[in-house]
Amino acid sequence: MRIAFTAKGKDWESPMDARFGRAEFLVVYDEEADTLSHFDNREIANVGHGAGPQTAQKIFDMKVDALVTGNGPGGNAAAVLNQTGIKIFIGAGDMTIRKAYEAYQKKQLNLA
Amino acid sequence: MKIAIASGKGGTGKTTLSTNLASFFAGKQDVALIDLDVEEPNSGLFITGELVHSEDKHKMIPVWDKEKCTFCGRCQQVCHFHAIISLGTQIMVFPELCHSCYACSELCPTNALPMDFRKMGELKHWKEGSLSFIESRLDIGQEQAVPLIAQTLTYVAENFSADNILLFDAPPGTSCPVIEATKDADFVILVTEPTPFGLHDLKLAVETMQELKKQFGVVINRYGIGNDEVIDYCHKNGIDILAKFPNDRRIAELYSRGELVYEKFPEFRKQLELVADYISNLQQGGGK
Repeated sequence: MRIAFTAKGKDWESPMDARFGRAEFLVVYDEEADTLSHFDNREIANVGHGAGPQTAQKIFDMKVDALVTGNGPGGNAAAVLNQTGIKIFIGAGDMTIRKAYEAYQKKQLNLA
Repeated sequence: MKIAIASGKGGTGKTTLSTNLASFFAGKQDVALIDLDVEEPNSGLFITGELVHSEDKHKMIPVWDKEKCTFCGRCQQVCHFHAIISLGTQIMVFPELCHSCYACSELCPTNALPMDFRKMGELKHWKEGSLSFIESRLDIGQEQAVPLIAQTLTYVAENFSADNILLFDAPPGTSCPVIEATKDADFVILVTEPTPFGLHDLKLAVETMQELKKQFGVVINRYGIGNDEVIDYCHKNGIDILAKFPNDRRIAELYSRGELVYEKFPEFRKQLELVADYISNLQQGGGK
């Protein structure tokens, strides 16, 4: 499984970013390969409209199976992600990436 | 003569000034009031008349033709507004985000994104005596005010002589809709209130008008509250203060009932005449 996290940094101890569209980093953990990769999404701050769909496009391009985030995507982004079949888990906005992954493993997070 | 009535801060009295000024001028000459605050038009609460024209307004958006698409992703790459998403074998278009720039449609190698009409709002035109009132209203859920403002300005240009007084009630703020609503104006009236908030947002509006190289002046509303900083700022920067409308609860009461103020409130009328005289002077080529 490849799992994406919305985060404010790029390593395991980085805090999660509760926002989806304007998340600062998109961090992907590949469980099989046991590797952590990331995309620096901070340029999204300059985007006036359409941040949600753009970040959703990025999540799709990263070929992940699941997304762990905080508040959950807004309407436009959700419309995109629903087409992709990526499972969305919410409520991890106040955790670190590591804690969010643990919560995901223990099935403590709600599906959006 | 195109006069735009704008403000940085919202709720300073643009509509109060616009509607009273339009009605006041209408007693003397042909005048048109155009409500360009298409996201929340409200001049119509104060101005009535006979509906003489009504039309749906559309914008152009791309419509995906699945049969022609080769999923190259070019459309998604060229869309500056992220209105197109490319998901492998599916293209999603977000009409609310689309700015009708045609880039995706024109650059698609297989013409799989032809442009089509999509309703975004309505334009209505009322008339009473020498006063014309035009209001455009965005449909609920539409995010782009600029295309409707632009089409409304085209309607006005096609239906009114520039010899008439044309009053444009602009949206608040300093973003794209305000630029669109003021960019063709001969003169911009910035309505503010004499408070720290009013001054802060007035400065933003002044900077915007300077950037647009507009002639502009300031009207102070609710004069008597706050402090003198707005006046000092205008004096220091050589900005004309056209009038100072008094702060008075009775004005708010009339406004809340959808009534015009100047007919019932002499002090308000006196200030309104100052604004009208200033405009008439501009119209006669007087300038400053």
